[in-house]
Amino acid sequence: MGVGLRAERIKVIKGRVQVLAVDELEIASGEIWGIIGPNGAGKSTLLHVLSLLERPDEGTVYFDGRPVNWRRREIMELRRQLAVVFQEPLLLNTTVYQNVALGLRFRGIKGPEAGRRVQKWLEILGIAHLALRKPWELSGGEARRVSLARALVLEPQVLLLDEPFVALDTPTRAALLVELRRLLKGRGITALFVTHDFMELPLLADRVAVLCDGRIVETGRPRDIPWSSWGPYRGQTGEESPYPWPWPGVWTRDEGAK
Amino acid sequence: MRAVGATWEGLVRGIELLVRLDPGVLEVVWLTLRVCGQSTFFSVLVGVPLGAFLAFRRFLGRGLVISVVNTLMGIPPTVAGLWVSFLLWRSGPLGRLELIYTPTAIVIAQVVIAVPLVTGLSMAAFQQLPPKLPAQVLALGASPAQLFWTLLKEARLGLLAAVIAGFGGVVSEVGASMMVGGNILHHTRVLTTAIVMEVGRGNFAMAWALSFILLGLTFTVTAVLTVLQQGRRRYGGWP
Repeated sequence: MGVGLRAERIKVIKGRVQVLAVDELEIASGEIWGIIGPNGAGKSTLLHVLSLLERPDEGTVYFDGRPVNWRRREIMELRRQLAVVFQEPLLLNTTVYQNVALGLRFRGIKGPEAGRRVQKWLEILGIAHLALRKPWELSGGEARRVSLARALVLEPQVLLLDEPFVALDTPTRAALLVELRRLLKGRGITALFVTHDFMELPLLADRVAVLCDGRIVETGRPRDIPWSSWGPYRGQTGEESPYPWPWPGVWTRDEGAK
Repeated sequence: MRAVGATWEGLVRGIELLVRLDPGVLEVVWLTLRVCGQSTFFSVLVGVPLGAFLAFRRFLGRGLVISVVNTLMGIPPTVAGLWVSFLLWRSGPLGRLELIYTPTAIVIAQVVIAVPLVTGLSMAAFQQLPPKLPAQVLALGASPAQLFWTLLKEARLGLLAAVIAGFGGVVSEVGASMMVGGNILHHTRVLTTAIVMEVGRGNFAMAWALSFILLGLTFTVTAVLTVLQQGRRRYGGWP
């Protein structure tokens, strides 16, 4: 079963701009959270903080109920309990197999045990036939699966995903999301994923946090979020938008369109 | 036509000296290899981590340090030789170590020449890596040492170019070896200083012979490094 994550009074300041100010976010063990918000809302920064790659300027992250100590040795041990799938997965200049085995090697897992686990996850994700390919011989969808395998092979307590399936066609993306939800739920892995496409939320998330200007403006189950049809389109044309506007309170607050 | 004659005679003489395993020449070749090998080794030991540091760390005065490294990449060997001589002369600050006119002195001077080359080119090699790569490798659970090793392997093409440039810099220099080594027979005579000496004596055929040997030596070492570099190319072929 995965562990819980909690962020309390997190502040991140870049340059002199405050990019993140999250008062409280609690992700219970085994839950899947979606973080949604417009470009530049601070989604990736929040993900970096929660994946313990970026130390916030203020506030505390709790990992499995204990406050995270950012000392080098301890942070490495905690990082080894989680896995991250990045927006642009950078695969190393070697075979798919070696790429997937990398995190295991860092943890001292080698030989037949590593081989068995890599093989298992390559098969689960349907890319076992690509094992000896080099990254530049993969299609976009295949590379995404490799980066997913690279994370899941670690059998992490927590999985964090930063727009993992952006730039994939809609059917492939939907299939991967449904498949991923089944995998996560089957193993009870706690997960948090970042997206700017609210169509992804019902496919994967138990709960949603809407992030805007670095703040969480709404949380709830995907279907309880008051998605609105108000947006810049309405603001500019006076007509109903052909697309729903997924960020409640964002546009309407600023422009007073209502 | 005398020049052409000397060239031809030198080529024949060089092959002859090598085939006969002339002890005098072999001694000089061996010392050249040893000294240049050691100075390349120490330059890589210092220059690659320094290059990584400059590529990834942000600190006050970083721009200045990089400018200094880039300037020193073009340091004339004679200047490096002069600096090291000043340090090592009996009256100098490190004079008590009695290193002047020893092979060790040549290694020190050559390290001064090669460290900026290796540092500058390593830094460029590391900066060619995707900027987000270190974070992604850390996210896979790498310790700092594992991270460094992974980045080293990813940047190997550029890093081997840095090694080749470092070796090329030290094997070709003569000014520093002459100043701090003194071209002493059986002790500090290397190929480049021997060539200068033979030319000074008007012994052109011998100079030519040594030059061919030096060229062959450089080619062999560089070829080995090139095979290492190109052995696993990044792309299978031109698309």
